[in-house]
Amino acid sequence: MDAFRFSRTPLATDALRARLADPACGGYAAFEGWVRDSNEGRRVRGLEYEAFEALAMREGERIVAEAIARFGVSRAACAHRLGELAIGELAVWVGVSAPHRDEAFRACRYIIDEVKHRLPIWKKEHYLSGDSGWVNCERCAAAAAPAEAAGAQAGHHHAHDHAR
Amino acid sequence: MSAIATGTVPAAAPLYGLVLAGGRSTRMHRDKAVLTYGGRTQLERAMALLTPHVVRAYVSVRKDQHDDPVRARFPQIADTHENLGPIAGLLAAQARHPQAAWLVLACDLPLLDEATLAQLLRARTPSRVATAYRSSYDGLPEPLCAIWEPRSRELLAAYVARGGQCPRKFLQGTATELLDEPNPRALDNVNTPEEYGSAMVALAPEAATLPKRVTVQYYALLREQAGRREEALVTTARTAAELYAELARRYPFSLAPEVLRVAINTEFHEWSTPLAEGDAVVFIPPVAGG
Repeated sequence: MDAFRFSRTPLATDALRARLADPACGGYAAFEGWVRDSNEGRRVRGLEYEAFEALAMREGERIVAEAIARFGVSRAACAHRLGELAIGELAVWVGVSAPHRDEAFRACRYIIDEVKHRLPIWKKEHYLSGDSGWVNCERCAAAAAPAEAAGAQAGHHHAHDHAR
Repeated sequence: MSAIATGTVPAAAPLYGLVLAGGRSTRMHRDKAVLTYGGRTQLERAMALLTPHVVRAYVSVRKDQHDDPVRARFPQIADTHENLGPIAGLLAAQARHPQAAWLVLACDLPLLDEATLAQLLRARTPSRVATAYRSSYDGLPEPLCAIWEPRSRELLAAYVARGGQCPRKFLQGTATELLDEPNPRALDNVNTPEEYGSAMVALAPEAATLPKRVTVQYYALLREQAGRREEALVTTARTAAELYAELARRYPFSLAPEVLRVAINTEFHEWSTPLAEGDAVVFIPPVAGG
């Protein structure tokens, strides 16, 4: 079962959704993550995704399996884009079908949260100002430098999204 | 055999050897048989230790491991039972040579020494079902460094038919000759990367720093800062942490190891994981999927 997949071309949500159809299910919940035109006060003109695909696929399949086991939903799947994306494009899709809506919503939320925290996927934002940066990395690197200079690395904490 | 019929002291059955290398190594995330110590795989080391003492030495494998190059170098006996753990290997060997006694060794005992094996052979008691060590940790029989006499075959088959799966419990419940270990760490088994590291250091503190070939893949910010996607290199780094420190001296990495994670051979690992020959290492910058 390819419960988690990457795509270098636009995601076809109808086809993804059709794979979750099940006569025993009365509820379907989906989440779509879209490319936004700003982030942390900066105007974004587009972005690119890169992944360590072999490990991300494995971990992605594990997350979907966890959601199915934990919430008792019938089917679940996730798809993530790679490569260059424009504003408004669909970057990530999660879909869950279940007999009732409550577990479908909860499983859907679980999958997107875990995907964001655990999968080795990176996002580079291209800004209207012409420069670019890796989300969660640049800030982290900037924070590390003064801490090192002050010799205070041991107590240094990073508050960004990060795999556990 | 024929001596039994004449009523004299029974002659000991010929001793065959079996190294169990059919495990799934789930907690190690790497095949335990191919972990190296001082440049030799654990399977080679176990076979070398065993071979001088037996008529014939075999490797016990799962059916799907038949063509694995590390195992294919040795005579093999493939499991005929699935999901039965180490007992499956023993049952298949006993079916192949029912008249033999089997000196059985697990292939995750890197600290097993010649003296421990020699004492087991000297103390062998063919009139019992098996001769085994008593664990230095819990006093229970150690079934995977033991001599299993031919008469254990029917008893073991009956135990399995009753639903039994644990060779240790089987030996507890039968006539087993139990010995004390001459070296209390000799039968320490290695199930996790941390135990592997500890065994390597115990065996040869200097061997852990022998140069090894590894590949490193770079992603995202680290890829840009290293100026490459991948490289093969020879390193004396003992752990993933030491390898990152070595690379950080070569490239202008801005990310401290505290904010990175490590993958070795496509699984997440601790920074303290010892590196082995041929490992594929990836340092994972802070992620930003979704």
